[in-house]
Amino acid sequence: MGRERIEAAFARAKGESRAALVTYLMAGDPSLEESFKALCALRDNGADIIELGAPFTDPMADGPAIQRAGLRALANGTKLTDVLALAARFRKDDQTTPLILMGYANPIHSMGYEAFAKAAAEVGIDGTIIVDLPPEEDAGLREIYRPLGLSVIRLATPTTDEARAAKVADGASGFIYFVAVTGVTGAGSADPAAIAGKVAMVRRVSGLPVCVGFGVKNGAQAAEMAKIADGVVVGSAFVEKAQDAHETGKFETAAPAMGELAGELRRALAGVAKG
Amino acid sequence: MDLRNTWDQWPDANGRFGEFGGRYVAETLMPLILDLEREYRAAKQDPAFKAEMDDLWAHYVGRPSPLYFAERLTEHFGGAKIYFKRDELNHTGAHKINNCLGQVLLARRMGKKRIIAETGAGQHGVATATICARFGLDCVVFMGETDVERQKPNVFRMRLLGAQIVPVSSGTGTLKDAMNEALRDWVTNVEDTFYCIGTAAGPHPYPEMVRDFQSIIGKEARAQILEREGRLPDAVMACIGGGSNAIGLFHPFIEDEGVRLIGVEAAGHGIETGEHAAALNGGKPGILHGNRTYLLQTDDGQIIDAHSISAGLDYPGIGPEHAFLRDMGRAEYLSCTDQEALDAFQLCTRLEGIIPALEPSHAIARVGEVAKELGKDGLLILNMCGRGDKDVFSVAKALGVDV
Repeated sequence: MGRERIEAAFARAKGESRAALVTYLMAGDPSLEESFKALCALRDNGADIIELGAPFTDPMADGPAIQRAGLRALANGTKLTDVLALAARFRKDDQTTPLILMGYANPIHSMGYEAFAKAAAEVGIDGTIIVDLPPEEDAGLREIYRPLGLSVIRLATPTTDEARAAKVADGASGFIYFVAVTGVTGAGSADPAAIAGKVAMVRRVSGLPVCVGFGVKNGAQAAEMAKIADGVVVGSAFVEKAQDAHETGKFETAAPAMGELAGELRRALAGVAKG
Repeated sequence: MDLRNTWDQWPDANGRFGEFGGRYVAETLMPLILDLEREYRAAKQDPAFKAEMDDLWAHYVGRPSPLYFAERLTEHFGGAKIYFKRDELNHTGAHKINNCLGQVLLARRMGKKRIIAETGAGQHGVATATICARFGLDCVVFMGETDVERQKPNVFRMRLLGAQIVPVSSGTGTLKDAMNEALRDWVTNVEDTFYCIGTAAGPHPYPEMVRDFQSIIGKEARAQILEREGRLPDAVMACIGGGSNAIGLFHPFIEDEGVRLIGVEAAGHGIETGEHAAALNGGKPGILHGNRTYLLQTDDGQIIDAHSISAGLDYPGIGPEHAFLRDMGRAEYLSCTDQEALDAFQLCTRLEGIIPALEPSHAIARVGEVAKELGKDGLLILNMCGRGDKDVFSVAKALGVDV
């Protein structure tokens, strides 16, 4: 399925005249079992696309919330193969919701690009966001992805000018993830007015839907962002629900809390009509 | 293709040394490192940039550093003549300042007002803070929480120099985490900030840039040995953490095929124990901190913390050019345990009246074997890349002495 599943998700949101809701969770936090329940809860409460975080010891683009989530997942023994197995389990009963694996290059490099790509396609992953593989460095992976139908999803940022946007778009599919602030995940919130021009430029240059993330934590912020974007990405706020569950020791509270937040975000997006 | 005869082409246009190096950074940083590369190319061509460097090297840093015949150490081992390249005599006591000076001058040229750096032992932090004080620039140094505790004198030095120290508790609170945190700061403060990386690693153009600035070591050493001995050495040796002093010494000798290039990694408690910092001898290729290189990592691609008695070698990776030199067989990489380094530290101090830093003590620990192998007619140069004043407390502790 791959990119077609992603394209279908955007088409559905567009059909409902709203922005797509893209949610993130760290696989294995607070546990792999709870992550599976969280995937279902996110889907059931309106997530259009789910980013499945693969933990890494040295997440250089992430803020404290996702850093800690990754370390908790690693402490639980979560391996890349476990993340793939989690995707497979979810995909068994869900042929619709796109799953995007998000993480860093080294665990994937360690598994081997070819072995990883084949396994990812087989378990029903539709694309990847690999934070430290800019267009200059993902050619090898891109070649392997193409026949498998997997999407390379790239990042654009406030530092991306038009020439760079063309480079980012070249070979990308699915959507472009627009990082709203210069900074790490979970850091301060962006002013939609300040980035509206850049988002429009990236959409025009890439011809792909543009999802905006970083610093979007609640329904009100999501609704504001929805006015300028094709999709809104929320990550750290979900990860904080897993952290709460971990801290209280009540792991079973993670999935319902994440589902509740997804519901709030989805209702907020439904309130912003898109042309 | 014989790569050895075409050395000038490395790194290639993509910042690669063969399969190593590259630009593995978050998209936010891509425009910055591409800009940095352009600015560095322009500075390299500018005689005024070189003239400013040369002037400060001579009168502020104290270059050229001497090439010293270590007569008693030579007698002790009974093999090749051993020379020390005395980079520990530089201002701030180590080779680190060679690179900081170059990068900070480049930052000024680019109009950047705020310099950030990571540091382990604190030598790179002190050197960066020093140059920033000299030019009146803001300086922020990221340092692992455990290192802040272990290296109090250097922390105080940096504060005296006007730098802000940010203790890093994320991850495992070590040098690699300090580097992560510096990258996070850079991603956040893209407009006014220059990241001064302390070793010949990180995304392109850092490995090339740091190598070029540190190559003053090898250029001087090559000219000095030709003048003293009328010939090139049979071997040059240096310790390796990230590898900046080693690549600085090696690089001007790479095309001299008769000169063996020998790096010495930190084996910590022994490579077989898993507690070491020997990325080439005990790691495998991977991607971290912007480059593809040898790394200490698990089978699942997670980074393993390094261990060494020497905080300056305590890093799970290595500069990509060393990975390249090793795989093509141009350089050899040995290793040395904590205990061997401690023994060498004491030996050098007693025989030569030079207290070496624990980092070059690793190279000194292997120099006897190499000297014997080369024989009495042999000639070798060892880079004394730092002085040991900073290490006296940790050495005392390791020897069970209460200071």
